[in-house]
Amino acid sequence: MIKLTLIPLLPLLGFLINGLMGNRLPRWIVSTIACGLPALSFLITLILFSGLAANGVPLTETLYSWAALGTLNVDVAFYFDQVSAVMCLVVTGVGTLIHIYSAGYMSHDESQPRYFAYLNLFLFFMLMLVLGKNMIVLFAGWEGVGLASYLLIGFWYKDPEKSAAGMKAFIVNRVGDTGFVLAAFLIYFYAHTLDFQAINSYFATANLPVSTMNLIGILLLIGACGKSAQLPLHVWLPDAMAGPTPVSALIHAATMVTAGVYLLSRANGVFLQAPGAMEVVIWGGALTAFLGATMGLTQYNLKKVLAYSTMSQIGYMFMACGLGSFSAGMFHLYTHAFFKACLFLGAGAVLHALHGEEDMRNMGGLYKKMPFTFYTFLAGSLALCGIPPFAGFFSKDEILWSAYASSHGGSQTIWLIATVTAGLTAFYMFRAIIMTFFGTDNVPAKLKHGIHEPPFSMAIVLLILGVSSLMAGFIGLPGVIAEKFGLSSPFFNFLTPVLGHHAIRAGLTEQTELMFMAISIIVACSGIFLSWLFYSRNPGWSAAIKKKAGGIYTAVSQGYYFDAFYENVIVKSMDILSESVLYNIGEKLLNYITIIKAGGSARFGGDLLSRLQTGSVQAYVLYVLAGLALILWWGVTNV
Amino acid sequence: MDRYQFLTILAGLIFSLGLLGVVLRRNLLVVMMCLEIMLNAVVLSFVSFAVRGQTLPGIAMTFFIYVAASCEIALAMAIVVLLVKRRGSLDLGAHQELKG
Repeated sequence: MIKLTLIPLLPLLGFLINGLMGNRLPRWIVSTIACGLPALSFLITLILFSGLAANGVPLTETLYSWAALGTLNVDVAFYFDQVSAVMCLVVTGVGTLIHIYSAGYMSHDESQPRYFAYLNLFLFFMLMLVLGKNMIVLFAGWEGVGLASYLLIGFWYKDPEKSAAGMKAFIVNRVGDTGFVLAAFLIYFYAHTLDFQAINSYFATANLPVSTMNLIGILLLIGACGKSAQLPLHVWLPDAMAGPTPVSALIHAATMVTAGVYLLSRANGVFLQAPGAMEVVIWGGALTAFLGATMGLTQYNLKKVLAYSTMSQIGYMFMACGLGSFSAGMFHLYTHAFFKACLFLGAGAVLHALHGEEDMRNMGGLYKKMPFTFYTFLAGSLALCGIPPFAGFFSKDEILWSAYASSHGGSQTIWLIATVTAGLTAFYMFRAIIMTFFGTDNVPAKLKHGIHEPPFSMAIVLLILGVSSLMAGFIGLPGVIAEKFGLSSPFFNFLTPVLGHHAIRAGLTEQTELMFMAISIIVACSGIFLSWLFYSRNPGWSAAIKKKAGGIYTAVSQGYYFDAFYENVIVKSMDILSESVLYNIGEKLLNYITIIKAGGSARFGGDLLSRLQTGSVQAYVLYVLAGLALILWWGVTNV
Repeated sequence: MDRYQFLTILAGLIFSLGLLGVVLRRNLLVVMMCLEIMLNAVVLSFVSFAVRGQTLPGIAMTFFIYVAASCEIALAMAIVVLLVKRRGSLDLGAHQELKG
């Protein structure tokens, strides 16, 4: 029964081998170890998953007791139920693919062993996060992925901008982690346990005041927002693109940033009792989805377009969780992992061919030279835009339908925001495709001769992910379609024991659902059409609109000045606080008290006492005598 | 006053005499001799108590004290010789550099 523990431990072993001895091993051994051990983890996950799918009994493995403090017992325990099984499959599956891709992508890098060591370390922590049975083990993984993310964003640490991006990600995440820890304190205060199953069952029957539940929910949400780059803690994600592209694909698209969604699903028992917090989750998710998509419209950096898109898609997942459709959120997480990884790796292939050029204004016309990359990129984009039968259609449609029909706060407004966002998504994705692969060839002359299709190890991964972007959605067909054709939705059936059914308002017909489906397809297609119109057919139009929008355009392209706000208000006020208040008042006063006053009196006392030190032995004998006499006198009078 | 009382008082007097000498006299050699006087006063009280109580350990102790005292005096004399070589004086006032 040690199988479950092996899943996270194998990548850790890879980290230890490559981290300690990687520089002395030949490169092919390093990459074989780094790809092989996660692949083994994936295999074990598959075996355990098939067992779970057959009998539906979750697995628990307790390694040892981490801390026993009175009534608080923290075990290092792993738990493998339906939700963690899905996450585990995504993490090990996509993770292994990206490791294989990295073997090609990083083959020329001088610190390739360090890269693979970090990547394996990331997988270890991520699997610990996913499999953690209680909040403490999950939190250890949660912090660990933050560390791995920091190490990998700043992987090329010689560039100060890149290491600064790593630090930014780390520090912004701390804000979220504070929320997480406070939530854990409150949960322990009320439930006297940190085990997720116990927490969920406790809160289901606890009847605590709604305000308490909302507070716990909001604190958990703050934690999730930090890790998942949701408003207002999203600022680190675009900067995180400084890391190597496979890292962006694995950590900042497919797995780590979706940990917030996983946390919300894991703690669904808490959220279902906290209607106010759920409302905040819905609106936070909807706003992030919309604003992220608008920011994506204005970027010229290919990877940053994808970063904002990731943020926006995770907004969708949060929205689904807020609407009580946790399984729809998990489904989008799962399809998103495939198509977003596919897009990032496709972008990586372009960057690889252009020697690191990321600006789309210096691309164009790459279709003729890299048709294979283009087709996989296209598959990922169509999935992201929600064009049937690509995977993203099924998952996004499920969320759009919940946005309208959920009995947990579904409304026309939410649905409208989500649908407009879907249109924007289609628009910015095809803007990126047109600027990169079509249109005029703006590639600088010195980069032109090197353009090539990716090597085999990268191409095979692109192919697998491209095909998955097409196929992955079929396991979660919407209920209405599944009924029509007599099919089932294994994904949702699988998750129902843990995450429950979607709560749908009464009185909605099948026709309504089909109509909404049609609308979302039309919106996505018109987004694509508009971007063709603006960027391919009449490139002048986009420039004209840009000019007309003026200040609004600048605001959007600057990310709505979130960074400037944090820099000028929060960081500046901290500076002022520490300089004027803490330095001038605090430190000077403290210096006066401790150094000038206390130091002076100590010196004075020392001066006095040193008079006793005459150097004459006979004086010392007298002191001893006097001391002895005192002790004797005290002894005689008191005993 | 029986003889044990007398002997105890005598030991106290000799001890005080030695102590006065250690504290007041300035000649290093005399200070050393006064130290020995104090030690002898202690030995005297040991012996008188041992005889009074009819026990052996007190008497055995005196032999240990003499052994320790002879070792001590051997070391102390060596130190005195070194000090005198350094300053050329037996006066304690000449050896006061360790002043606070």
